[in-house]
Amino acid sequence: MSLQTDLARVRGLGSAKEGTGHWWAQRLTAVALVPLGIWFVFAAVSLAGADLGEFRAWLTVPYNLILMVLLVGVLFHHMQLGMQVVFEDYIHNERSKTVVLVLNKFIAVILGVSCIIALLRVAFGG
Amino acid sequence: MAEFSLPANSKVVEGKTFPAPAGAARVKKFKVYRYDPDRNENPRMDTYEIDLDACGPMVLDALIKIKNEIDSTLTFRRSCREGVCGSCAMNVGGTNTLACINAIDDFRGDIAVYPLPHMMVVKDLVPDLTNAYAQYASIQPWLQADTPAAPGKERLQSPEEREELDGLWECVLCFSCSTGCPSYWWNSDRYLGPATLLQAYRWIADSRDEYTGERLDALEDPFRLYRCHTIMNCTNTCPKNLNPGKAIAKIKQKMVERR
Repeated sequence: MSLQTDLARVRGLGSAKEGTGHWWAQRLTAVALVPLGIWFVFAAVSLAGADLGEFRAWLTVPYNLILMVLLVGVLFHHMQLGMQVVFEDYIHNERSKTVVLVLNKFIAVILGVSCIIALLRVAFGG
Repeated sequence: MAEFSLPANSKVVEGKTFPAPAGAARVKKFKVYRYDPDRNENPRMDTYEIDLDACGPMVLDALIKIKNEIDSTLTFRRSCREGVCGSCAMNVGGTNTLACINAIDDFRGDIAVYPLPHMMVVKDLVPDLTNAYAQYASIQPWLQADTPAAPGKERLQSPEEREELDGLWECVLCFSCSTGCPSYWWNSDRYLGPATLLQAYRWIADSRDEYTGERLDALEDPFRLYRCHTIMNCTNTCPKNLNPGKAIAKIKQKMVERR
């Protein structure tokens, strides 16, 4: 039970003075994913049936590699931002929310970096 | 986690039926949510058969007829009966609205009447709006200025500046929008909800107010403002045909503008 006033409860710890950066980044990455996504669909279709050698030849064309790395970076950033909002919406236990949000960031970075390293390895051999 | 089903003692059961008087030609069934905190019973849906030839045209008229002539225990809020007070906000036919400005004839089949969704129910159709009102108070809904008004004069506003308030000042604070917003259902402890955010924008948009920056500061928060995911239930349900979704978008726009 709490004898706090309703206004004190609603004001809580005050405004976090942030959220705009997150919101704006989510919009920017969404906009960037439109051309990148369309490009990727066309690229994937044109590469259907290609073997590793052909794919490597395609990936070593500089703009293909640049766009692939950009796609992966933007995609995993966007995924992390979006999943964060979902977790904040639905997980109401502060402790599990913190754990899940930290894992969300870690997993996004690990997946994104792994994909980029994989792309570079295919492109530059090794 | 968010709860997706009702607790056992909140599950709604079938209630009583009050048949229409013999000889009634045009009969409409109203299925009304009933909950009495003084009885240790689950909420129930009572069915009232209303003779439309002996009833006013609006849903609120039917509720008043039920209370006056059929079942005086039915509890609901109402006052102006013309859509300016916002008291009779409830969920009618699946949509949050004001019972007084919805014609019975506009509904096909039986009319289901529930209290505003996802609020604590005080009794029957009366929800507890304590939290919503406290959130409204928290945005300081009054004009704030350091420059004193000229003695004996009003604070002036150009016609264009006044137009900025159209679509905002008409809000009657019925909270149909907030209680129709899934984001408000899950996070009403921290998310202010569309009604309060529309009111916040009403003061941000007011050319006479000198505390725009402080108002934006107070809203800049992942929960207070940014729990809005543009679901737009607020705009769809507003009985006054206002656009809280647009008002929230304008707040977000101002947040980016001042970066």
